[in-house]
Amino acid sequence: MKDPLPGYRPLTEEEERRRRKRSVAIALALGAMVLIFFVLTIAKLGPQVLNRPL
Amino acid sequence: MTSLTNTLPVGAEAPGFAPAPSIVGGDVPDYFALLKPRVMVLVIFTALVGMVVSHGHVNPAVGAISLLMIAVGAGASGCLNMWWDADIDAVMTRTAKRPIPDGRIQPGEALAFGLTLSVGSVLILGLAANWLAAGLLAFTIVFYAVIYSMWLKRATPQNIVIGGAAGALPPVIGQAVVSGSVGIESMVLFLIIFIWTPPHFWALALVKAGEYAKAGIPMMPNVAGPQSTRRQIVYYTLALAPLGLAPVVLGFGGLIYAVVGLLGGLGMLAFSVQVFRHREGEAEKRSAMGMFAFSILYLFLLFSALLAEQGLGLFRPVMFV
Repeated sequence: MKDPLPGYRPLTEEEERRRRKRSVAIALALGAMVLIFFVLTIAKLGPQVLNRPL
Repeated sequence: MTSLTNTLPVGAEAPGFAPAPSIVGGDVPDYFALLKPRVMVLVIFTALVGMVVSHGHVNPAVGAISLLMIAVGAGASGCLNMWWDADIDAVMTRTAKRPIPDGRIQPGEALAFGLTLSVGSVLILGLAANWLAAGLLAFTIVFYAVIYSMWLKRATPQNIVIGGAAGALPPVIGQAVVSGSVGIESMVLFLIIFIWTPPHFWALALVKAGEYAKAGIPMMPNVAGPQSTRRQIVYYTLALAPLGLAPVVLGFGGLIYAVVGLLGGLGMLAFSVQVFRHREGEAEKRSAMGMFAFSILYLFLLFSALLAEQGLGLFRPVMFV
Protein backbone atom coordinates (compact mmCIF):
# COMPACT_ATOMS: atom_id res chain seq x y z
CA MET A 1 0.00 0.00 0.00
CA LYS A 2 1.20 3.52 -0.81
CA ASP A 3 2.32 5.72 2.04
CA PRO A 4 -0.38 8.17 3.07
CA LEU A 5 0.18 11.92 2.74
CA PRO A 6 1.78 13.68 5.69
CA GLY A 7 -0.81 14.27 8.36
CA TYR A 8 -2.93 11.32 7.18
CA ARG A 9 -3.03 7.71 8.31
CA PRO A 10 -4.43 4.66 6.52
CA LEU A 11 -7.88 3.42 7.51
CA THR A 12 -7.87 0.41 9.75
CA GLU A 13 -9.51 -2.80 8.57
CA GLU A 14 -12.44 -2.15 10.87
CA GLU A 15 -12.90 1.35 9.46
CA GLU A 16 -12.82 0.01 5.91
CA ARG A 17 -15.36 -2.69 6.82
CA ARG A 18 -17.71 -0.12 8.30
CA ARG A 19 -17.35 2.17 5.30
CA ARG A 20 -18.18 -0.72 2.98
CA LYS A 21 -21.28 -1.54 5.03
CA ARG A 22 -22.36 2.12 4.96
CA SER A 23 -21.90 2.21 1.20
CA VAL A 24 -24.02 -0.92 0.76
CA ALA A 25 -26.73 0.57 3.01
CA ILE A 26 -26.77 3.80 0.96
CA ALA A 27 -27.01 1.80 -2.26
CA LEU A 28 -29.92 -0.22 -0.88
CA ALA A 29 -31.68 2.96 0.29
CA LEU A 30 -31.29 4.51 -3.16
CA GLY A 31 -32.60 1.32 -4.76
CA ALA A 32 -35.58 1.35 -2.40
CA MET A 33 -36.30 4.95 -3.35
CA VAL A 34 -36.27 4.13 -7.06
CA LEU A 35 -38.67 1.25 -6.37
CA ILE A 36 -40.94 3.51 -4.33
CA PHE A 37 -41.17 6.07 -7.14
CA PHE A 38 -41.81 3.33 -9.69
CA VAL A 39 -44.58 1.73 -7.62
CA LEU A 40 -46.12 5.13 -6.87
CA THR A 41 -46.15 6.03 -10.55
CA ILE A 42 -47.92 2.80 -11.48
CA ALA A 43 -50.32 3.01 -8.51
CA LYS A 44 -51.33 6.62 -9.12
CA LEU A 45 -51.25 6.85 -12.91
CA GLY A 46 -52.09 3.25 -13.77
CA PRO A 47 -50.11 0.67 -15.77
CA GLN A 48 -51.15 2.40 -18.99
CA VAL A 49 -48.71 5.18 -18.19
CA LEU A 50 -46.05 3.03 -19.82
CA ASN A 51 -48.17 2.39 -22.91
CA ARG A 52 -47.88 5.53 -25.02
CA PRO A 53 -46.70 6.34 -28.52
CA LEU A 54 -43.15 7.46 -28.92
CA MET B 1 -0.27 10.84 -6.40
CA THR B 2 -1.32 9.25 -3.15
CA SER B 3 -5.04 8.63 -2.86
CA LEU B 4 -6.90 10.15 0.07
CA THR B 5 -9.83 7.75 -0.15
CA ASN B 6 -8.34 5.20 2.19
CA THR B 7 -6.72 7.61 4.61
CA LEU B 8 -7.85 9.75 7.45
CA PRO B 9 -6.35 12.98 8.82
CA VAL B 10 -4.41 12.17 11.95
CA GLY B 11 -6.38 13.41 14.93
CA ALA B 12 -9.67 13.17 13.03
CA GLU B 13 -11.01 10.88 15.71
CA ALA B 14 -12.92 13.89 16.91
CA PRO B 15 -13.88 13.63 20.53
CA GLY B 16 -17.48 12.80 21.18
CA PHE B 17 -18.96 13.36 24.57
CA ALA B 18 -17.42 10.17 25.88
CA PRO B 19 -13.83 9.05 25.56
CA ALA B 20 -12.59 9.60 22.02
CA PRO B 21 -13.65 6.73 19.77
CA SER B 22 -11.05 4.60 18.09
CA ILE B 23 -13.14 4.21 14.94
CA VAL B 24 -14.44 7.08 12.85
CA GLY B 25 -17.77 6.57 11.12
CA GLY B 26 -20.51 4.54 12.72
CA ASP B 27 -21.69 1.11 11.78
CA VAL B 28 -25.06 0.76 10.00
CA PRO B 29 -26.91 -0.30 13.19
CA ASP B 30 -25.69 2.90 14.86
CA TYR B 31 -27.49 4.99 12.25
CA PHE B 32 -30.57 2.84 12.66
CA ALA B 33 -30.43 3.38 16.43
CA LEU B 34 -30.55 7.15 15.80
CA LEU B 35 -34.06 6.67 14.43
CA LYS B 36 -35.39 5.30 17.75
CA PRO B 37 -36.77 2.10 16.15
CA ARG B 38 -39.07 1.26 19.06
CA VAL B 39 -40.78 4.64 18.73
CA MET B 40 -41.03 4.04 14.98
CA VAL B 41 -42.90 0.78 15.58
CA LEU B 42 -45.38 2.60 17.86
CA VAL B 43 -45.81 5.34 15.24
CA ILE B 44 -46.48 2.80 12.45
CA PHE B 45 -49.01 1.06 14.67
CA THR B 46 -50.95 4.18 15.72
CA ALA B 47 -50.85 5.66 12.19
CA LEU B 48 -52.19 2.37 10.81
CA VAL B 49 -55.09 2.50 13.28
CA GLY B 50 -55.72 6.10 12.19
CA MET B 51 -55.95 4.79 8.63
CA VAL B 52 -58.33 1.91 9.34
CA VAL B 53 -60.80 3.97 11.42
CA SER B 54 -61.15 6.40 8.52
CA HIS B 55 -63.44 4.17 6.47
CA GLY B 56 -61.91 5.58 3.33
CA HIS B 57 -60.09 3.75 0.59
CA VAL B 58 -56.45 3.97 -0.26
CA ASN B 59 -54.42 1.96 -2.76
CA PRO B 60 -52.54 -0.66 -0.66
CA ALA B 61 -49.19 0.30 -2.21
CA VAL B 62 -49.81 3.99 -1.57
CA GLY B 63 -50.93 3.17 1.99
CA ALA B 64 -47.84 1.06 2.69
CA ILE B 65 -45.46 3.69 1.28
CA SER B 66 -47.27 6.40 3.26
CA LEU B 67 -46.91 4.38 6.47
CA LEU B 68 -43.22 3.89 5.73
CA MET B 69 -42.76 7.64 5.21
CA ILE B 70 -44.60 8.46 8.44
CA ALA B 71 -42.25 6.05 10.23
CA VAL B 72 -39.16 7.53 8.54
CA GLY B 73 -40.33 11.05 9.42
CA ALA B 74 -40.79 10.00 13.05
CA GLY B 75 -37.36 8.40 13.00
CA ALA B 76 -35.86 11.56 11.54
CA SER B 77 -37.33 13.64 14.35
CA GLY B 78 -35.88 11.15 16.85
CA CYS B 79 -32.50 11.51 15.15
CA LEU B 80 -32.66 15.32 15.38
CA ASN B 81 -33.67 14.95 19.03
CA MET B 82 -30.60 12.80 19.70
CA TRP B 83 -28.40 15.32 17.90
CA TRP B 84 -29.70 18.19 20.03
CA ASP B 85 -29.82 16.29 23.33
CA ALA B 86 -26.43 14.57 23.08
CA ASP B 87 -25.10 16.57 26.04
CA ILE B 88 -28.02 15.48 28.22
CA ASP B 89 -27.87 11.89 26.98
CA ALA B 90 -24.20 11.68 27.95
CA VAL B 91 -25.08 12.44 31.59
CA MET B 92 -27.93 9.94 32.01
CA THR B 93 -27.09 6.26 32.33
CA ARG B 94 -30.24 5.26 30.38
CA THR B 95 -29.04 7.18 27.30
CA ALA B 96 -25.25 7.41 27.68
CA LYS B 97 -24.69 4.52 25.28
CA ARG B 98 -26.58 6.18 22.42
CA PRO B 99 -24.46 6.55 19.27
CA ILE B 100 -23.61 10.27 19.63
CA PRO B 101 -22.67 10.48 23.33
CA ASP B 102 -20.81 7.19 22.97
CA GLY B 103 -18.76 8.73 20.15
CA ARG B 104 -19.78 6.21 17.48
CA ILE B 105 -21.41 8.88 15.32
CA GLN B 106 -20.39 12.52 15.06
CA PRO B 107 -23.09 15.14 15.83
CA GLY B 108 -22.82 16.68 12.36
CA GLU B 109 -23.43 13.31 10.73
CA ALA B 110 -26.58 12.82 12.80
CA LEU B 111 -27.84 16.32 11.94
CA ALA B 112 -27.34 15.74 8.20
CA PHE B 113 -28.92 12.28 8.45
CA GLY B 114 -31.96 13.61 10.34
CA LEU B 115 -32.50 16.60 8.05
CA THR B 116 -32.18 14.48 4.89
CA LEU B 117 -34.69 11.93 6.13
CA SER B 118 -37.06 14.69 7.32
CA VAL B 119 -37.19 16.45 3.96
CA GLY B 120 -37.29 13.17 2.02
CA SER B 121 -40.09 11.62 4.05
CA VAL B 122 -42.29 14.74 3.86
CA LEU B 123 -41.81 15.13 0.09
CA ILE B 124 -42.48 11.47 -0.69
CA LEU B 125 -45.55 11.42 1.59
CA GLY B 126 -46.86 14.50 -0.21
CA LEU B 127 -46.36 12.85 -3.60
CA ALA B 128 -47.72 9.48 -2.45
CA ALA B 129 -50.77 10.58 -0.46
CA ASN B 130 -51.58 14.26 -0.25
CA TRP B 131 -50.07 17.51 0.99
CA LEU B 132 -52.28 17.71 4.09
CA ALA B 133 -50.71 14.48 5.37
CA ALA B 134 -47.26 15.73 4.37
CA GLY B 135 -47.87 19.06 6.12
CA LEU B 136 -48.97 17.26 9.28
CA LEU B 137 -45.84 15.08 9.17
CA ALA B 138 -43.65 18.17 8.71
CA PHE B 139 -45.44 19.84 11.64
CA THR B 140 -44.88 16.73 13.78
CA ILE B 141 -41.15 16.68 12.99
CA VAL B 142 -40.72 20.41 13.69
CA PHE B 143 -42.83 20.20 16.83
CA TYR B 144 -40.80 17.31 18.25
CA ALA B 145 -37.33 18.46 17.17
CA VAL B 146 -37.68 22.21 17.69
CA ILE B 147 -40.60 22.99 20.02
CA TYR B 148 -40.13 19.99 22.34
CA SER B 149 -36.41 19.14 22.14
CA MET B 150 -34.89 22.58 21.74
CA TRP B 151 -37.30 24.59 23.84
CA LEU B 152 -39.81 22.86 26.14
CA LYS B 153 -37.68 19.97 27.39
CA ARG B 154 -35.17 22.17 29.20
CA ALA B 155 -37.57 25.01 30.00
CA THR B 156 -40.68 23.75 31.76
CA PRO B 157 -42.03 20.77 33.75
CA GLN B 158 -44.93 20.80 31.28
CA ASN B 159 -42.42 19.64 28.62
CA ILE B 160 -43.88 16.21 28.03
CA VAL B 161 -47.47 17.45 28.41
CA ILE B 162 -47.19 19.85 25.47
CA GLY B 163 -44.55 17.83 23.67
CA GLY B 164 -46.85 14.81 23.83
CA ALA B 165 -48.77 16.34 20.93
CA ALA B 166 -45.99 15.21 18.58
CA GLY B 167 -46.38 11.59 19.66
CA ALA B 168 -50.16 11.84 19.39
CA LEU B 169 -50.28 13.04 15.79
CA PRO B 170 -49.56 9.83 13.81
CA PRO B 171 -53.22 8.63 13.82
CA VAL B 172 -54.22 12.07 12.50
CA ILE B 173 -51.65 11.78 9.71
CA GLY B 174 -52.94 8.26 9.01
CA GLN B 175 -56.49 9.51 8.58
CA ALA B 176 -55.27 12.38 6.40
CA VAL B 177 -53.53 9.83 4.15
CA VAL B 178 -56.74 7.86 3.61
CA SER B 179 -59.42 10.54 3.55
CA GLY B 180 -57.51 13.70 2.72
CA SER B 181 -59.01 15.33 5.80
CA VAL B 182 -58.93 15.18 9.58
CA GLY B 183 -62.01 13.69 11.22
CA ILE B 184 -63.40 13.19 14.70
CA GLU B 185 -62.06 9.60 14.85
CA SER B 186 -58.39 10.54 14.61
CA MET B 187 -58.89 13.60 16.82
CA VAL B 188 -60.21 11.32 19.57
CA LEU B 189 -57.21 9.01 19.12
CA PHE B 190 -54.97 12.09 19.27
CA LEU B 191 -56.59 13.12 22.56
CA ILE B 192 -56.25 9.64 24.06
CA ILE B 193 -52.49 9.53 23.36
CA PHE B 194 -52.11 13.17 24.43
CA ILE B 195 -53.76 12.60 27.84
CA TRP B 196 -52.03 9.20 28.21
CA THR B 197 -48.54 10.69 27.80
CA PRO B 198 -48.12 12.59 31.13
CA PRO B 199 -49.02 9.74 33.52
CA HIS B 200 -46.94 7.37 31.38
CA PHE B 201 -43.79 9.49 31.44
CA TRP B 202 -44.17 10.87 34.95
CA ALA B 203 -44.32 7.31 36.32
CA LEU B 204 -40.87 6.77 34.80
CA ALA B 205 -39.71 10.23 35.89
CA LEU B 206 -40.59 9.41 39.51
CA VAL B 207 -38.09 6.55 39.42
CA LYS B 208 -35.48 8.39 37.34
CA ALA B 209 -35.80 11.76 39.12
CA GLY B 210 -32.14 11.66 40.20
CA GLU B 211 -30.99 11.11 36.63
CA TYR B 212 -33.10 13.96 35.28
CA ALA B 213 -31.84 16.24 38.08
CA LYS B 214 -28.24 15.34 37.18
CA ALA B 215 -28.95 16.28 33.56
CA GLY B 216 -30.73 19.49 34.60
CA ILE B 217 -34.06 18.59 32.97
CA PRO B 218 -37.03 20.15 34.78
CA MET B 219 -39.23 17.05 34.92
CA MET B 220 -42.32 17.33 37.09
CA PRO B 221 -40.97 15.33 40.08
CA ASN B 222 -37.87 17.54 40.18
CA VAL B 223 -39.80 20.82 40.00
CA ALA B 224 -43.15 20.25 41.69
CA GLY B 225 -41.99 17.34 43.85
CA PRO B 226 -42.95 13.66 43.83
CA GLN B 227 -46.13 14.15 45.80
CA SER B 228 -47.57 16.71 43.39
CA THR B 229 -46.52 14.48 40.48
CA ARG B 230 -48.33 11.49 41.96
CA ARG B 231 -51.46 13.61 42.41
CA GLN B 232 -51.28 14.80 38.80
CA ILE B 233 -50.83 11.22 37.59
CA VAL B 234 -54.12 10.37 39.29
CA TYR B 235 -55.87 13.44 37.78
CA TYR B 236 -54.69 12.64 34.27
CA THR B 237 -55.68 8.99 34.67
CA LEU B 238 -59.12 10.05 35.90
CA ALA B 239 -59.49 11.98 32.64
CA LEU B 240 -57.96 9.20 30.53
CA ALA B 241 -60.13 6.29 31.68
CA PRO B 242 -63.46 7.77 30.42
CA LEU B 243 -61.78 9.38 27.40
CA GLY B 244 -60.56 5.92 26.43
CA LEU B 245 -64.21 4.94 25.98
CA ALA B 246 -65.02 7.87 23.68
CA PRO B 247 -64.67 5.73 20.51
CA VAL B 248 -67.53 3.55 21.82
CA VAL B 249 -69.74 6.59 22.39
CA LEU B 250 -68.88 7.94 18.94
CA GLY B 251 -69.66 4.58 17.34
CA PHE B 252 -66.31 3.55 15.88
CA GLY B 253 -65.33 1.41 18.87
CA GLY B 254 -67.35 -1.79 19.23
CA LEU B 255 -67.87 -4.47 21.84
CA ILE B 256 -64.25 -5.67 21.98
CA TYR B 257 -63.00 -2.13 22.29
CA ALA B 258 -65.58 -1.35 25.00
CA VAL B 259 -64.43 -4.30 27.14
CA VAL B 260 -60.73 -3.53 26.62
CA GLY B 261 -61.27 0.19 27.25
CA LEU B 262 -63.29 -0.40 30.40
CA LEU B 263 -60.99 -3.00 31.96
CA GLY B 264 -57.86 -1.16 30.83
CA GLY B 265 -59.14 2.14 32.20
CA LEU B 266 -59.90 0.51 35.54
CA GLY B 267 -56.43 -1.03 35.52
CA MET B 268 -54.84 2.36 34.84
CA LEU B 269 -56.83 3.86 37.72
CA ALA B 270 -55.76 1.05 40.05
CA PHE B 271 -52.10 1.52 39.14
CA SER B 272 -52.32 5.31 39.58
CA VAL B 273 -53.78 4.81 43.06
CA GLN B 274 -50.90 2.44 43.86
CA VAL B 275 -48.44 5.10 42.70
CA PHE B 276 -50.20 7.65 44.90
CA ARG B 277 -50.19 5.40 47.96
CA HIS B 278 -46.67 3.97 47.82
CA ARG B 279 -44.34 6.87 48.48
CA GLU B 280 -41.17 5.29 49.79
CA GLY B 281 -38.63 2.60 49.18
CA GLU B 282 -38.96 -0.41 46.94
CA ALA B 283 -42.78 -0.24 46.90
CA GLU B 284 -42.65 3.26 45.41
CA LYS B 285 -40.33 2.14 42.65
CA ARG B 286 -42.30 -1.02 41.97
CA SER B 287 -45.65 0.76 41.71
CA ALA B 288 -44.24 3.52 39.45
CA MET B 289 -42.60 1.03 37.09
CA GLY B 290 -45.80 -1.05 37.18
CA MET B 291 -47.77 2.01 36.08
CA PHE B 292 -45.21 2.76 33.36
CA ALA B 293 -45.35 -0.79 31.97
CA PHE B 294 -49.13 -1.13 32.24
CA SER B 295 -49.70 2.20 30.50
CA ILE B 296 -47.83 0.85 27.45
CA LEU B 297 -49.95 -2.30 27.50
CA TYR B 298 -53.14 -0.23 27.91
CA LEU B 299 -52.47 1.94 24.86
CA PHE B 300 -51.37 -1.07 22.83
CA LEU B 301 -54.56 -2.98 23.69
CA LEU B 302 -56.83 -0.01 22.95
CA PHE B 303 -55.35 0.45 19.49
CA SER B 304 -55.18 -3.30 18.86
CA ALA B 305 -58.89 -3.56 19.62
CA LEU B 306 -59.66 -0.84 17.08
CA LEU B 307 -57.41 -2.51 14.54
CA ALA B 308 -59.13 -5.86 15.08
CA GLU B 309 -62.61 -4.36 14.83
CA GLN B 310 -62.11 -2.00 11.91
CA GLY B 311 -59.33 -3.79 10.07
CA LEU B 312 -60.34 -7.43 10.53
CA GLY B 313 -64.11 -6.96 10.52
CA LEU B 314 -64.67 -7.94 14.15
CA PHE B 315 -66.76 -4.84 14.89
CA ARG B 316 -69.93 -5.53 16.88
CA PRO B 317 -71.88 -2.46 17.97
CA VAL B 318 -72.44 -1.84 21.66
CA MET B 319 -76.19 -2.03 22.10
CA PHE B 320 -76.70 0.65 24.72
CA VAL B 321 -75.10 3.39 22.62
